[in-house]
Amino acid sequence: MKKEILKLRGVKVHFPVQAGVFNRIVGHVLAVDGVDLDIFRGEVLGLAGESGCGKTTLGKAILRLVEPTDGEVKYISQDDNETELTSLEKKDMDPFRKKLQIVFQDPHSSLNPSFTIFGSLQDPLKKFGIKSKEERRKIIGDLLEAVNMRREYMDRYPHEFSGGQRQRIGIVRALCLEPELIVCDEAVSALDVSIQAQVLKLLMQLKKEKNLTYLFITHDLSVTEYLCDRIAVMYLGRIVELCDSEDLYNNTLHPYSEALISAIPVADLDKQTKRIVLEGDVPSPVNPPKGCPFHPRCPKATDICKTEVPTLKKYSTNGNEHYASCHLIDLPEIS
Amino acid sequence: MEDKNNIALSVRDLKTFFYTNNRCNKAVNGVSFDVEKGKTLCIVGESGCGKSVTAATIMQLLPTLSRIEEGEIKFQKDDKIINIEKLEKNGKEMREIRGSDIAMIFQDPMTALNPVYTVGFQISENLKYHTNLNKKEIREKCISLLNDMGIPLPEKRIDEYPHSYSGGMRQRAMIAMAMACNPKILIADEPTTALDVTIQAQIFELMDKLKKENDTAIILITHDMGVVAELADNVAVMYMGNIVEAGTADDVLRRPTHPYTKALLESVPVLGRGKNQDINPIKGSTPDPYNRPIGCQFAPRCNWQTESCDVMPEITQINETHQVRCHKYEQFFEKYK
Repeated sequence: MKKEILKLRGVKVHFPVQAGVFNRIVGHVLAVDGVDLDIFRGEVLGLAGESGCGKTTLGKAILRLVEPTDGEVKYISQDDNETELTSLEKKDMDPFRKKLQIVFQDPHSSLNPSFTIFGSLQDPLKKFGIKSKEERRKIIGDLLEAVNMRREYMDRYPHEFSGGQRQRIGIVRALCLEPELIVCDEAVSALDVSIQAQVLKLLMQLKKEKNLTYLFITHDLSVTEYLCDRIAVMYLGRIVELCDSEDLYNNTLHPYSEALISAIPVADLDKQTKRIVLEGDVPSPVNPPKGCPFHPRCPKATDICKTEVPTLKKYSTNGNEHYASCHLIDLPEIS
Repeated sequence: MEDKNNIALSVRDLKTFFYTNNRCNKAVNGVSFDVEKGKTLCIVGESGCGKSVTAATIMQLLPTLSRIEEGEIKFQKDDKIINIEKLEKNGKEMREIRGSDIAMIFQDPMTALNPVYTVGFQISENLKYHTNLNKKEIREKCISLLNDMGIPLPEKRIDEYPHSYSGGMRQRAMIAMAMACNPKILIADEPTTALDVTIQAQIFELMDKLKKENDTAIILITHDMGVVAELADNVAVMYMGNIVEAGTADDVLRRPTHPYTKALLESVPVLGRGKNQDINPIKGSTPDPYNRPIGCQFAPRCNWQTESCDVMPEITQINETHQVRCHKYEQFFEKYK
């Protein structure tokens, strides 16, 4: 039986836009605008979408690195205790920070250049009560070996490492508190292709060894297909499609996902398909279009799309749950 | 062999070295290729393999601490053949070619456009220097260029500054600028790396159109094998300053013969192959350019390395179009027969 580790209900993150002499609030950037999502223990959930669709903000909101404006983030521990994270005091959040960790996108800017690797990585261990330095060195050394790096590297500075190595150090930092869920925010996007494969393989191997759950945020749908069990596609702060990764590619329901998949260049001459070229750019999240947020770019848009906002409905493809928010799906809805 | 008249640019044995701190970085170390009219040549490789330096060399846009050491860049202008490497960097002839006959699209449109001038001004600069059009005609031409690139309301947009354009539109403005004088050769240095896939698809569609309509030769620099499969007619794979394998897209993607090309193709997940596909990372990382392996540059990372790899392999012509730089290419090529 699948058990949830996180339950998101109606999560919203709105950033105020200020202008004028008195910094009046003139509007809000609706970065994340009502997301419901369950993350199950032991799965890899992909979160895909174009830049500016709110995927990183959602990842950060889960860890409260960005405070959600509204909604609930519930953490469910292994013995079924539910805790609502967004209403906790900062201090009470600490034990959950240990369980939820993040790997950042850019390995160059996420390590402090004036500390050695050990200097950077020991802080969380100190905070969570590992008093002896020897023990901290041992934990970090072991983890460095687990990601195929040498123990001695912990006394070096970040500038001595290549991009792939730094990203592995970022993974060590996330791992050192033995978390249950890791948010990987574009963890491989800044890396060269050959290095990308090393990091992807490492992530999969660590998942098996340590029984981790990943929320894998990326814009690259060929990586999500390889890595993820389920995929959520976001557009303008909302989830437009959520399903098993195979179903997303074989039984695409939402026209946006369809266009996104067709736009990916495929490194296989036998699998060339016709590109669906979307016109224009992602609309501004300050002033999203009325009705379905995708309708100005949607090749299939009809009148109803311009007026009514579609909700995420449940369908079934291949016997699996498949959520999508579009008016034009003619499959029977499942309650 | 190919018809000589069809070749827009021919590069032979090009060497570009950088000199810093009394050390020499052989960034481009003996590169040869031809670009045909109306065809796309993709140069593929990891970061630091010399692909952008090759492009900068052709445009004579190298920084001061570097120079063209050896080799020829022959550019066919009308019926004359011009040796670009012999021209003065900022001389009259080079400036005539740069921007009008050979144009370039840069990787990052955010930094390549000047934020204090309007987009229209930046496009018209090119026309001002290279054509005899008057002010009014230039403006009309700019508007029609922006219109061709699919920018909405070009009459209004032409007077706006780059900051009010989105990423995809900026890249399109860059392409409009490059295409202003109908260049014979368009060099695109990772034109879509900073853009989203949906915008990338728009840009590719546009480049395809330009190639067909104007018979432009395109040199596309990329690290993405997917882009190669979609757009390339010919492919050159670079590693540490050398072309290790070259040929038509069919040759290189269906019958990869160099271990590096094979490794590159196997290291990325391919859409549509599902969860059970096997990806194999290339072991190690690219060597320090100041401390290169002797002989074959890829040998330390190669699974088929032998003693013979201590000598730099020569380029071998497998068939008319396909060439490879590896001692053991035969054992790979056998399999495809």
